[in-house]
Amino acid sequence: MPILCSSCGQKRAVLKRPKTGHSLCKECFFWAFEEEVHQTIVSAHLFNPGETVGIGASGGKDSTVLAHVLKVLNERYNYGLKLLLLSVDEGITGYRDDSLETVKRNQQQYELPLKIVSYEELYGWTMDAIVKQVGLKNNCTFCGVFRRQALDRGAMMLNVDKICTGHNADDVAETVLMNVLRGDIARLRRCTAISTASEGEGVVPRCKPLKYAYEKEIVLYAYFKKLDYFSTECIYSPNAYRGYARAFLKDLESVRPSAIMDVIHSGENLSVREGVRMPVQGNCTRCGYISSQALCKSCVLLEGLNRGLPRLGIGKHHRLHGKILAQEPLTQEEERKLKAIDF
Amino acid sequence: MCQVDEEYNEQLEKRTVPSVSQRCVKCKEGTAALIIRAGDAFCRGCFKDYFVHKFRAMLGKNRLIFPGERVLLAVSGGQASSSMLAQVQEGLSRNAPKKLRFTPGIIYIDEGGACGQSMEEREGVIAELETMFRATGYPFHIVHLEQVFDLPISVLEAVSSAPQRPEGSYKAAVEQFVQNARVKGSCSPGEGHMDPAVLDAQIQLSHLDTQDLANGTPPSSLQHQQDLERLFASVRTLTAKEDMLQTLRQHLIVHTARTKGYTKVMMGDSCSRLAVKLLSNISLGRGASLAVDTGFSDQRYGDVIIVRPMRDYSSKEIAFYNRMFGVPSIFIPGLDTKAPEKASIQHLTESFVTMLQADFPSTVSTIYRTSEKLHTARPPHSSEMETVAKCLLCLCALDTKEAEEASAFHATLVSERLSEKRVPESAQVGSASTADTVGQCCSSGVGQEGGCSSRGQGCCSSNLTPVTPDLKSLLCYSCRLTIKDMTGVESLPPYIVSEAERRHRRSQMKKEISEFLLDDEEDEVAAS
Repeated sequence: MPILCSSCGQKRAVLKRPKTGHSLCKECFFWAFEEEVHQTIVSAHLFNPGETVGIGASGGKDSTVLAHVLKVLNERYNYGLKLLLLSVDEGITGYRDDSLETVKRNQQQYELPLKIVSYEELYGWTMDAIVKQVGLKNNCTFCGVFRRQALDRGAMMLNVDKICTGHNADDVAETVLMNVLRGDIARLRRCTAISTASEGEGVVPRCKPLKYAYEKEIVLYAYFKKLDYFSTECIYSPNAYRGYARAFLKDLESVRPSAIMDVIHSGENLSVREGVRMPVQGNCTRCGYISSQALCKSCVLLEGLNRGLPRLGIGKHHRLHGKILAQEPLTQEEERKLKAIDF
Repeated sequence: MCQVDEEYNEQLEKRTVPSVSQRCVKCKEGTAALIIRAGDAFCRGCFKDYFVHKFRAMLGKNRLIFPGERVLLAVSGGQASSSMLAQVQEGLSRNAPKKLRFTPGIIYIDEGGACGQSMEEREGVIAELETMFRATGYPFHIVHLEQVFDLPISVLEAVSSAPQRPEGSYKAAVEQFVQNARVKGSCSPGEGHMDPAVLDAQIQLSHLDTQDLANGTPPSSLQHQQDLERLFASVRTLTAKEDMLQTLRQHLIVHTARTKGYTKVMMGDSCSRLAVKLLSNISLGRGASLAVDTGFSDQRYGDVIIVRPMRDYSSKEIAFYNRMFGVPSIFIPGLDTKAPEKASIQHLTESFVTMLQADFPSTVSTIYRTSEKLHTARPPHSSEMETVAKCLLCLCALDTKEAEEASAFHATLVSERLSEKRVPESAQVGSASTADTVGQCCSSGVGQEGGCSSRGQGCCSSNLTPVTPDLKSLLCYSCRLTIKDMTGVESLPPYIVSEAERRHRRSQMKKEISEFLLDDEEDEVAAS
């Protein structure tokens, strides 16, 4: 006996929504999914008419669905946005080059302009080269820090007003758990914000229109829409510790499907006791990018790479910032510590 | 993808095998008897001093328990709370330096009825605990979970606390107390546990007290036993069952404290326990009340303050202490004993934290320290407790304000609405019908309300048929989830149902007279 769609009550339901448990037909699911993203955009005032919005596109499911939905909604509700795709080429052979092919196809399918910025042109290092020096441990630190800045730089080249990224509800919830496990109170406070306010020079505001969309629903949406996306894990392996948080969240979801939203709700309603010391935001004295230290993370990491001391940016070595700024050599003892890579 | 900047300091790295030194790190003389943390080997004597000192330091630092105050110790019979009882005994003993100065009593909640224990098992446990409690000489109260069906409505009201004692009054109170103690006979019986005669009288009194409670009333009437069974049978998930049990237990403890004249309740939550609680509360959507749920003191009930003096001890330390110094404790199977890992969110979180702690020994302390940096999201507007609407069940400030801006709560409502029957004017249903789903039940629509339609009518008619009121609008985010996992709310204890009706009537009344009220300060149903 076919189950009828709980929304229209006429067509046969083809799926059970992971988020609410309702059985829906294809059309009603599409409609609900898109409408929810629309509600998020409207209620959080993410965009203003006439803005140029860069979509951080990796070729993966999240950003592909994001690009698709934003294009649909922009036409349906006359947001008046100029959309374009923004990709970062980390220089990972066998992973990013393939996924960028997907992005290029998306560019044609959705008729959106595409800009690719590469680590190589920005920093002079590809991830492949970095991994060769750093090893497989901690390389995500480099990639993450560099990507954040690369997106900003790309956005500025194109005069983009806002960047939106494909972070979904699972990502946000996972980050909440992760920051609790690490005791990172500053990030815990920030991580549930749907958009970053414009933080001054050199930073383009970012937002997450899919913040309340379940990862599983994104896959369902892409599947039924037959969207073209690239699905391979990065060859330089996802990080172990985040993996714990991810596995835990998946388990939570299987016990109670609303748990993902519940974790986000918790995160949104946390607040930090007064008097807890918070890092102060300033600017990097070298490149001018936002930073809570004298040097931004990306400059420190780069300096480490260029000096052949990859561990300079791993962990906390604020003491050394002065020396780096003054272009002074480090002592032998300091160098010895930073060189050591354990496999 | 989505790798955010992740730097791990050494603390997260895998543990190294501790080097076992044969000498105690403290006194450098005694032979090490145990290793508390990596590298810290203590001898027996130093460990005892360290453990005992920590308890008193925790109470001394927080200055919350005044001399002579009556304090109810919530003892479940488990390791942590039994250890807490032993610490109180130690601190009150005649020869203790820096003596504690409060008057303790003990409460045990018999939950066997909810956890499927037989009557014989329950009686056996109680008999064992009674021997344990009697040995302390403190008055004790054995309360059965079934007694929630006799609780009065007043449990759900946060009584405004006694006027805050001004800063520095703690010191004055201590001095006063010491002076009183010195002038023999002049002290009032409540504070007089220094005086042997009064002490004797108290012990006698306490025995009377316990007689009355333990044997005077039958363990629980058959009717209530069935009521309790029905209540827990109506809860579909173990997650919600555990949450419900926790809520009811809390109500019983607070009620007992109030009726027996205690102003503080001590809970035995250890640091390991609190880390699990913090993480599972986040997963249950209780983020807004994390600070009250896991902090040292919990003032949500107003007149009775909950304190957690064991929060600096890890469960390992406690287990070691109990074993080395012969602190008795008993094991009582709970709801999730022997349950599979994914049986409930609480159980899953516990095994997750334990697993992570084994690989990364700083897990528990890191999570625990996170809790110290938090406080409730929406601090009450003023010091007035009443102006903030409180959850019917957990008595925390409601975190379910229907807001315009994007939030997880809002998004969930939108999703539910969009997945249900589509309303004709679909384009701008926006906020209007969202409000319906939240349970402002005065909308005419019966059909749209999938959520509470099973429970029947809106509250407009509740004056006529007040059998099953809509609870949703009176609950916080997390308690809504618990109630949602129930097949019906009819089986809830009467005090909860009647209080819900009362609040609905109040808000109904207020709505009717709203145009004549001069100050439109938003105070909701909780004001009574």
